[in-house]
Amino acid sequence: MSSSSSQIAVYARIRRNPRFTELVAKRQGFATLLSVIVLVIFYGFFMVVAFNPGVIGKRLSEGSYLTVGIAAELFMFIFFWLLTAYYVKRANGEFDAITTEIIRDASKEVK
Amino acid sequence: MLARLNLALLALLAPALAVAGDAISATEKQPLNLHAIGMFVLFVSMTLGITYWAAGRTKSTADFYTAGGGITGFQNGLAIAGDYMSAATLLGLTALVYTKGVDGYIYMIAFFAGWPIILFLMAERLRNLGKFTFADITSYRLNQSKVRTMAAVSSLTVVCFYLVAQMVGAGQLIKLLFGLDYNIALFVVGALMMVYVTFGGMVATTWVQIIKACMLLAGGTLVAILAMSQFGFSFDKMMGQAISLHTLGDKLLFPGTLLPDPITALSLGLGLMFGTAGLPHILMRFFTVTNAKEARKSVLYASGFVAYFFNVILLLGFSAIIIVGQNPEFFEGGQIGGKIIGGGNMIAMHLAKAVGGNLLLGFLSAVAFATILAVVSGLALAGAAAISHDIYARVIRKGKSTETEELRVSRFASVGLGLVAIVLGIAFEKMNVAFMVALAFGIAASANFPVLILSMYWKGLTTRGAIIGGYAGLVAAVLLVVLSKSVWVTVLGNAKAIFPYDQTALFSMPLAFLLTYIFSTLDNSAEGNAERAMFDDQYVRAQTGFGASEASSH
Repeated sequence: MSSSSSQIAVYARIRRNPRFTELVAKRQGFATLLSVIVLVIFYGFFMVVAFNPGVIGKRLSEGSYLTVGIAAELFMFIFFWLLTAYYVKRANGEFDAITTEIIRDASKEVK
Repeated sequence: MLARLNLALLALLAPALAVAGDAISATEKQPLNLHAIGMFVLFVSMTLGITYWAAGRTKSTADFYTAGGGITGFQNGLAIAGDYMSAATLLGLTALVYTKGVDGYIYMIAFFAGWPIILFLMAERLRNLGKFTFADITSYRLNQSKVRTMAAVSSLTVVCFYLVAQMVGAGQLIKLLFGLDYNIALFVVGALMMVYVTFGGMVATTWVQIIKACMLLAGGTLVAILAMSQFGFSFDKMMGQAISLHTLGDKLLFPGTLLPDPITALSLGLGLMFGTAGLPHILMRFFTVTNAKEARKSVLYASGFVAYFFNVILLLGFSAIIIVGQNPEFFEGGQIGGKIIGGGNMIAMHLAKAVGGNLLLGFLSAVAFATILAVVSGLALAGAAAISHDIYARVIRKGKSTETEELRVSRFASVGLGLVAIVLGIAFEKMNVAFMVALAFGIAASANFPVLILSMYWKGLTTRGAIIGGYAGLVAAVLLVVLSKSVWVTVLGNAKAIFPYDQTALFSMPLAFLLTYIFSTLDNSAEGNAERAMFDDQYVRAQTGFGASEASSH
């Protein structure tokens, strides 16, 4: 896929814009942080399943059938989804606003 | 066209109606289910109407592959959830919870956890870099012919295995639910799929998927509510009874035979999580939305629906232990604890009948049929795109074909894939095809995902590294599955498996990453350096969406 020369000029301008570096660092840092949270909790849970399965079936309280495993999974379903909602909110709001600004500046300068 | 197709469908059903009388003696085939057929015909009429409407709007390749890029995030979220929740999800996972308890829930969280990762690391870049297929991204700065050929080969492998697994499941299921002959069922599914995809392209496929997702969510929820009402909506009360009645007893709450050892557990987790991120028909859905904003919203909605539905399935499975498991009506010969009528996959259906009578059973059967149709349509479209967009237009014609030519090839490809699906479905009727889904996920995780993610994130990736790593992942995934118990023992009849685990991702995926890394790093060719140099522009486009393909206007 080839880009036109005016596009390439815009790409070069965007790269030189410190706001772009800031955007990428901010968004990538945020996405990485959330990914690490999900992966650590998820694989942590799988490690418990793999190496200490006895914990999974433990009941949270006497007389209740809510176990550590079921509670932990329900928590993951809800928490992971809330993290996606948080990411979408920030990315579609704050980060996209910076993106629009960067593109506008770069396109203007080229013309 | 609509009326004629309905007639054709009725003609297909007619011989089955004639033989329904003596079909009851067969253990597997069930008596003809008129509620189910009525509701299914309604669904088919509606979707064919949509296909007719969509056909009028499918004029360009962009319309055909990506519905012109004009789908909203909410619609796409429903459609992705629809693509992801196959009949195997509803029937298989309910059965898994019914027989193995919390193991089924563990399986479901692994199925789900890939979605947040796809959002954080991939959704936006996919939309900003891709156009029609994920090969658009992997070949963005690499050698078009070589990388696209590889992507098409692994996509088609994934699509074929997934398609055959769905078709065989469809045939068996329809035989059970509708009392239709296996071969007739395959022809009905294959023919409808070809009509949807060939005429309606992505527009029709998306809407079929959306309608089906709504039906599935509504049907599952209704059954769950009716079932829970028998326990006064108390989870504890239900669990108490389930544990006292189930042969596993307290073990229902502990991980069991599904994850017999740590390697299998980790490998399953990896394969399901990253396999999702390499399925061609799921990736393709990211190109149907207007921009990265909508792509992100798609994942938000899709993962919300999937998470919700998995928890509904947990309730279905546990409540079925009491409601279905203690009702002699659902066991062969009325023997409680004996063989379930129609086999384990019928648990969800029996539950629907127990709590809502024949009408609800009919509705859920129609939902299952619709689900199969929608999923095979999505798969066929992804396969057709690999053939016409990647192989024909870019590799064979080097981008010089006209849109009309490419569109014609894609339509022939859809029909071809439909025929292949029917023929293979008939050929594999008696075979245990469970390994095929595992294989599809294994290949997606080992061949597609590593190259895709590295092409978006790693400047050092070159064609040589991508090709060696990608093919190695593909071969390793296929080889390990063939040598594992599910093929080597179950299908080929050998005494002992050569590869001791049923899950392969833990081995084949790192191999693909490692080889891609080594051979890219060692690549000092001029082409390799040129490819690295092009990363910077790709990076800006991936991050900002500047230059990304836009929605075509209607």
